Amino acid sequence: MSGVARHAVRLSGPADFDGWRNAARRLLTNAVAPERVVWLVGGEGDLFAGAHMLPPLAAGAAPTVPRAFPERAAAALCHRDPERFALLYRLLWRLSREPGLLDIASDADVARLARLEKAVRRDGHKMRAFVRFRRLAESDPPRHVAWFEPDHHIVERNAPFFVRRFTGMRWTILTPDASADWDGTRLTIGPGARREDAPCEDAAEALWQTYFTSIFNPARLKVKAMQAEMPKKYWRNLPEARLIPEMIRGAGRASDRMIEAMPSAPPAHHHSLQRRLWAAPADAAGRPSGSGEPGADATTLDALAHAAADCRRCPLWRDATQAVFGEGPGDARLVFVGEQPGDQEDIAGKPFVGPAGRLFDSVLEEAGIERRSVYVTNAVKHFKFTPRGKRRIHQKPNAGEVRACRWWLDKELGLVRPRLAVALGATAIQGLLGKALPVTRMRGRTVQRDDGLAVFLTIHPSYVLRLRDEAEKAAERARFLDDLRAVRAAAAA
Amino acid sequence: MSRLPLRDKLAVLADAAKYDASCASSGAAGRNSLRSRGIGSTEGSGICHAYAPDGRCISLLKVLLTNFCIYDCAYCVNRSSSNTPRARFTVDEVVRLTLAFYARNYIEGLFLSSGVVRSPDETMAEMVEVARRLRVVHGFQGYIHLKTIPECAAELIEAAGLHADRLSINVELPTDAGLRRLAPQKRPETIRLSMAYLRGKLEEHHEPARRAARPRFAPGGQSTQMIVGADATSDAAILETSARLYGSYRLKRVYYSAFSPIPDAAASLPPQRPPLMREHRLYQADWLMRFYGFDRSEIVAGRPDGMLDLAVDPKLAWALANRAAFPVDVNRAARETLLRVPGFGTRTVDRILAARRHRRLRLEDVARLVRSVAGVRAFIVAEGWSPGRLTDDPALRGRLAPPPRQLSLL
Repeated sequence: MSGVARHAVRLSGPADFDGWRNAARRLLTNAVAPERVVWLVGGEGDLFAGAHMLPPLAAGAAPTVPRAFPERAAAALCHRDPERFALLYRLLWRLSREPGLLDIASDADVARLARLEKAVRRDGHKMRAFVRFRRLAESDPPRHVAWFEPDHHIVERNAPFFVRRFTGMRWTILTPDASADWDGTRLTIGPGARREDAPCEDAAEALWQTYFTSIFNPARLKVKAMQAEMPKKYWRNLPEARLIPEMIRGAGRASDRMIEAMPSAPPAHHHSLQRRLWAAPADAAGRPSGSGEPGADATTLDALAHAAADCRRCPLWRDATQAVFGEGPGDARLVFVGEQPGDQEDIAGKPFVGPAGRLFDSVLEEAGIERRSVYVTNAVKHFKFTPRGKRRIHQKPNAGEVRACRWWLDKELGLVRPRLAVALGATAIQGLLGKALPVTRMRGRTVQRDDGLAVFLTIHPSYVLRLRDEAEKAAERARFLDDLRAVRAAAAA
Repeated sequence: MSRLPLRDKLAVLADAAKYDASCASSGAAGRNSLRSRGIGSTEGSGICHAYAPDGRCISLLKVLLTNFCIYDCAYCVNRSSSNTPRARFTVDEVVRLTLAFYARNYIEGLFLSSGVVRSPDETMAEMVEVARRLRVVHGFQGYIHLKTIPECAAELIEAAGLHADRLSINVELPTDAGLRRLAPQKRPETIRLSMAYLRGKLEEHHEPARRAARPRFAPGGQSTQMIVGADATSDAAILETSARLYGSYRLKRVYYSAFSPIPDAAASLPPQRPPLMREHRLYQADWLMRFYGFDRSEIVAGRPDGMLDLAVDPKLAWALANRAAFPVDVNRAARETLLRVPGFGTRTVDRILAARRHRRLRLEDVARLVRSVAGVRAFIVAEGWSPGRLTDDPALRGRLAPPPRQLSLL
C-alpha cells in the first residue's frame, strides 16, 4: 500500500454510525493513518471514485477503546459538521496510542468532540422540549403530528424518547431530513417531509396561548434570558411564540399600571369572611409576652406540654421545629432526663427516638426496666444545632438555656413526683441539680435535692455511641447497663 | 362563577399562580408509558417546554385550583381583601387540561396549588383528587407537583405523597416575625411542623429495607419558597434561614421569589419593581453553599448591612476580598480549592482533575474548559503561566465586574 494512497469510505447516511464503526475498525486494524482517509455520505464526491477500497478486518487485532467512546462518538456523529467522521477516526487512531486521551478535556480534538456532542445533546433536548403536536381530529383513532426543524441529524436518536412518553398515542414527527412515526406498536424512521405536510392548527392552541400569556409576569421582563433558552429560530414552529412581541411591547405599561395603582377598598365579602373565620386570635404566640406565664397553672402533663409548645424563655425555639416535651405515664416511679432533643427528635416531636434513644431502649430492656413504665424527658426542650449542608450538627446547650428550661423540668417533676430521677449526662445534671458536677467521677451515685428528690447520676447514652474503639464501646455499654440495673434496684426499694 | 368559560378560568388561575417560582420537573423516579400504554414519562432531569418573556421556564401547567382564599396575606395576589377576579376549576377541568397540554408536548406535567376555601382539609382533598384521578383513572405518568397546605390533616399529606412527585410548603417569608406581620393568620410553627412531617415521611419511604414493601412517596422530595424584598430582611438573614431549612428538612430546593408588583396590591406594601438582581445573587449564593463548599458566613462576611454585592457574583466578590487565597495552581490544588476559583464550575473542576493526571495544563488548556479565560487567569497558576501582580491589582475588580447597565428595559 503506498503512503499517499487514499481510502474513500462511503457511508449510507449522514448519521450512519454502524457504517462508520465498521469502516473505522477495518482501517484501524490495518494501520491506515487518519490523513489517508476520505469520508463520504451517500452519492457525494465522485471525485474519489478511483480511491482504494476498504481493506478487510485484519485478523487477530481487536481494537479496544474506552467504554465511553462509542457512545460519545455516536452522539457526535449526528452533528452536521462535515469534518465529524474524520475527527472521530482521528480520535480513535489516537486512542489506540494514548488510552487516557478522553480524560484530557483540554486536548483540542477531545474539546471538539465535546463541543459536537454538546450541540447534539442540546439539539435533542430542544427537540424534546419544542416539538408541538397537532391533533388530527378527523382521524380515528386520533393522530398527533408535529413539524420540527432540528439543527442536526437527531430524529432517530430521539424518537425512542417520544415512544416512551407517548406510547398510548399515534404520532408522527416530521422534519426536513427525516421523520419518525409511531403507530402504537412500531416505530418507523422515514424520509424527510415538508412543513405543509403537517396540520396547521389545533383547537387546544388557543388555551395554550392563554396559559402562556397569563403565566408571564410583565414586571419581570427579561427578554435576553428567554432568547438564550428559546432562540428565535424555533419560534416559527411554536404556537405560543407569535404572541411574544406583543407581550414584550405591553409589559412596561402593565407593570407601571400595577405599581401606580392606588390600593383599593377590600370587597364587601372580605370583612364578613374575616370576622366569621378569624374573629378569635389565630396566633397563640402573638399574645403579649410575660402576661400570665404560659403553663404556670397547668395541672396535667398534657396542658404543660401544650404550653411549652409556645415557650420563648430562651432563643432556641427560633431555629428548632418544635418543643419536644417529656413522654410517659404521669405517675411513673422513674424519670429519665437527657440533654436535649436531637435531629430526629426535633422532627418526630418525641424524646429519645434517635440513635441514642435506640441504645437507651435496648440497655433499658436489658436492665429489666420497661420503657412504657418510665417517664423520659430532656433538660432542654428545643434542639440546638448549627446547619452543615443537609445535616444539623448538635450543639451543647449553654448554662443560660439549661436554666431557662429548668422551669419546665421542675414542673414536670412536680406533676409526676417520681421516686427517683436519673440524670443522663452533664446537661441533665445541670438541669436537675442547678449546678455542674463531674459525670465520670460521680456516676453511679445518688444525690439528694433540696426538695427531697433523689437524683441518680450516670452518662448520656450518646457518649457510648461516640466512642470509636469497639472494645471500649462494649465496656462503656456494660457500665451503663450496670448503672441502669442499680437504678432499677433503687426504684424498687 | 362556574359559568365562566374554561379559557377565562385558565387566564385567572394561571395569573394567580405565577408568583410561585418553582417550575422544576426533575428528581422524579424513572417512569414511562410503555407498559401502561397511556401517556407520560419522567426520566430524571426535567424539560423546559417554553420560556416566557420574563425569562422563566415553563415546564409545568402551573395553576391554582381556585384563587378564592380565606387568608389575607398582604403580599399575595389572592388574599381575601383583594379585588382580583376569582375563578374555580372543577377537578375534572384540571385533569382534562393537563392531559390535553401533555399530549401536545406543551408541558412535563402539573403544578397544582390553591387558595384555601372553607377549610384547609377540604381544599387539600380536592387537590389530592386531581392527582389521584390523573394517576389512577388516566394512568398519567408525567410529573405532578402539589403545593401542600400546612394546616391540613396528615392523612391528606400522606395521600398527596402517593401520587405526587414533589410536595412543597412555602415558608413565604424569611423570618417568623415577617410572616406574623404580613400573614397574621399563618403560623410559622405549623409550616415548620408540616415540613418536618414531610421529611419524616420521605425518610420512612426511602429506607432501603422498606422500599420494596411500601408505595412510593414524593420521589422528587420537598421544596419551599420565600419572598425576597417584601420586608427588610437582609441577604445574610435570608441565607441563614435557607441553611437552616436545607439542614433541617432536607429540602431539594429553596426558591427565592423577588417580591413583584401585583394587580390590586395591599396598601401595607410599598409598590416597587421586583429586585431581580438581588434574587439572582441569592440563587448564586445558595449554589455556593450547596455545591461549592462555601459556608454562609464566608459569603456575607464583610458585606455592609449583610447585603450581597449586586455588581459582581458572590464567588468573585469572595475572591476579590480574599486575594491571599490566590493564585491557585491548577496542576496541584485540591478540588475544594479549585472550586473557589471564579469562573470554574463543578464540571470544569472535574475535567481539570481528570486531565491533569495525564499532562500538565497550560493556560490555553484551561481556556478550552472555561467560558472566559480572561476572567480566571488572574486567579490561577498554570504551566507557563503566572498571574504575577495581576492577582493583587486594585484595578482587578473594575476589569472583571460587568459595566453597570440598566437591569431592565423600563
